[in-house]
Amino acid sequence: LEAIVWGCRGSLASPGAATVRYGGNTSCVEVRLDDGTVLVLDAGTGVRELGRTLVGHDGPIHVLLTHMHLDHVEGLVFFAPFWEPGAELHFWGPRSPLHTLEERISRYLSPPLFPLQVADSPAQLHFHDVPTGPWRIGSATIRAGEVLHPGPTVGYRIEEGAASLAYIPDHEPALGLDADIEAVSPDWLPGYDVAAGVTVLFHDAQLTVEEYDARVGWGHSSVDAAVAFAKSAGAERLVLFHHDPMRGDDDVERLAAHAQSLWPGENGSAPRPAYEGMRLSLP
Amino acid sequence: VVERPRQKSIVLILSRELSSKLATAAFVTDEHGELVYFNEAAEELLGRPFSETAALAPDEWGDLFSVQSLEGTPVPFEEMPAGIARAERRPAHGELCITGGDGVRHRIAVTALPLFAHADELVGILSVFWPSPRG
Repeated sequence: LEAIVWGCRGSLASPGAATVRYGGNTSCVEVRLDDGTVLVLDAGTGVRELGRTLVGHDGPIHVLLTHMHLDHVEGLVFFAPFWEPGAELHFWGPRSPLHTLEERISRYLSPPLFPLQVADSPAQLHFHDVPTGPWRIGSATIRAGEVLHPGPTVGYRIEEGAASLAYIPDHEPALGLDADIEAVSPDWLPGYDVAAGVTVLFHDAQLTVEEYDARVGWGHSSVDAAVAFAKSAGAERLVLFHHDPMRGDDDVERLAAHAQSLWPGENGSAPRPAYEGMRLSLP
Repeated sequence: VVERPRQKSIVLILSRELSSKLATAAFVTDEHGELVYFNEAAEELLGRPFSETAALAPDEWGDLFSVQSLEGTPVPFEEMPAGIARAERRPAHGELCITGGDGVRHRIAVTALPLFAHADELVGILSVFWPSPRG
């Protein structure tokens, strides 16, 4: 299993001189399974560049959407396979309490928000509301678990052999807690099922503790909360994800250093900030 | 294979967090009717802190409190608002008497709301209750 980061910025694409090291594209991570199956985690603006590499791809492409906020879907219509006749795309994502994933994507992909509609795509599009239990894609077992973020939102757990990856780009596990995250029993910890014992956890680390105090309920985590969540869930490694759009590269590095001070880890397992082009090969 | 506890539904987790912030007594059960949480205001009526209570199936609630009709006859779970909300998947309201762990009897009004994560997915029941104005 190999993961490649194509976008790790949160909320708003943020290109510019201040973000060249970590990148300005919004959420998108490619996961290549050992059998060649391609998973795409979210379709933020990072999916545009990824799409160039998938033109003519032989086999289905599975796009796993965590939720419908624009920074996670806005790249969808600039994903080259979406306009490629014969491409087979499977979209997975949370349904709302009343509407299917397809209905909700169609709402974004329609005037006045966008000039074209889902039906204009020549590709074979398949929409799937995520199941409540695990399911198979290619050589991996996938599980979607609801997490704390405004509106229906899930995180994904991908297991292939002994390797496992959890992707929770938007999550506020500290919401409403009177105690520290690490004091919460696992069955009451949002996101636990997705992240428990994984090899690598990609997790929301958008805010500082001070910023979080002013943004409670916005659906994001402080770096401190991300570290506490990763430790509570027993994740082996943490990748800090969903960098704040107002944060420059130097700021990201300061936050990463803070995370590493909270959780030094061993043998290079301390938290690391995601950056565009980051590759992780999981045995 | 590592056996891990399963995380509860987000709707149930949020219901507990909401209940923990309410001044009104609140009582949360899972989809099976197992009592998974009650708040501080409920502790006053039940005569026992939640921290001293394990999760209780409906037939074990008697360990914590007993429920009677206004006439004094025992009320089974199925006939309580929470039981009706669970079985019929609709809100239910009623007046009851409860006797908590401290032996004090209270006449209460209860409203139970089924918690649906999706239209076809019942994950629990949220019951709020307060001393009956007629009590």
